[in-house]
Amino acid sequence: MSTATITATCPECDATVNFDRAPLNGEIARCTDCSAELEVINTDPITLELAPEVEEDWGE
Amino acid sequence: MRIAMTYTRLRVEERMLIDAFEDLGADVTPIDLRTVVFNPTSLGEWAQYDAVFDRSLSLTNTLTSIRILESLGVRCINPLHAIETCADKLATTLAFIRAGVPTPEVRVAVDSDSGLDAIEQLGYPCVLKPTVGSWGRLVSRINDRDAAESILEHREVLGSVNHSVVYAQEHINKPDRDIRVFVVGGNAIAAIERRSEHWLTNTARGAVAAGMEVTPELADLSTRAVASVGADIAAVDLLECPSRGLLVNEINHSMEFRNSTTTTGVDIHRVVAQHTLDIAQAHASQAAGDGDIHPVQRACDASIDGEGAGSSGTPEREGVLA
Repeated sequence: MSTATITATCPECDATVNFDRAPLNGEIARCTDCSAELEVINTDPITLELAPEVEEDWGE
Repeated sequence: MRIAMTYTRLRVEERMLIDAFEDLGADVTPIDLRTVVFNPTSLGEWAQYDAVFDRSLSLTNTLTSIRILESLGVRCINPLHAIETCADKLATTLAFIRAGVPTPEVRVAVDSDSGLDAIEQLGYPCVLKPTVGSWGRLVSRINDRDAAESILEHREVLGSVNHSVVYAQEHINKPDRDIRVFVVGGNAIAAIERRSEHWLTNTARGAVAAGMEVTPELADLSTRAVASVGADIAAVDLLECPSRGLLVNEINHSMEFRNSTTTTGVDIHRVVAQHTLDIAQAHASQAAGDGDIHPVQRACDASIDGEGAGSSGTPEREGVLA
């Protein structure tokens, strides 16, 4: 039995980033190779960019 | 029920909530606020939702969207007033004082010189906090006058105008932990302790969380605190004062809980989703009783047609349309 793999490329280190299901725009992911925090900016095809640093008004 | 969940970044919590809504049979639509253009006079696509559940990471985006949507008659979770109160530590303190909720003493000033007096009234050590901020950012323990003068000068020179407000809080010599209670629909559903050897016990600053019992005292204080700010769903942070017992420190209107479901054994996301659906159902039923017109649609129609107050809308809607 095969499992479909959803992947994208880390913009920081070019490694493959795996998703266990289809991500949504704005979803935060982490590259397991370089530990960069990434944000999904497009879902078709899945495109990642470095997630922004914490901003002053972020929080709970 | 159709729920719009607004966000700016999708974290683990938002994914958990989407799953919970879907498990409960709700139709949930995640909406990235960065893609939205609001027309304050017309609901447009928002009319299809029974409620809007805000999960934006950005307070600015939350306030902007909820101000508009609530003014158009949308039931937002949390309500605007609750968000505005929780987001501002001074407003929260005032709400606690009015409601008789025990909380650390504060002194407030709007100038560095009077700010120094405010700090010295409390004595050393005390805690200086920005009135708006989260995750322990720029929260400082002031141990002596030298530190007070230094921090105040830094804030004056480097800070934004918001930092000109000096909100000084009594330092509570708590054990190496604080307590967080999750309150949903007026019920304290779970609690954690956040333990750290550092005086700051935010998990964002490295504190370790563990589940703990919701004692009757914790439940009573937490639910009273949440009632005082009018929140549907919130996390209450409490400190244990050696001399005065439990004190409520602050309330978080958009709580994080990813690590608290396993430590407490409570599916916090599921309880939150169910309560959101209950609110949406009640809002829709109330509107149906008002004339079988979707509440959002009626507010939208009235806004577009220029109908004023005096129609069969609720007082809240009449206020908007007047």
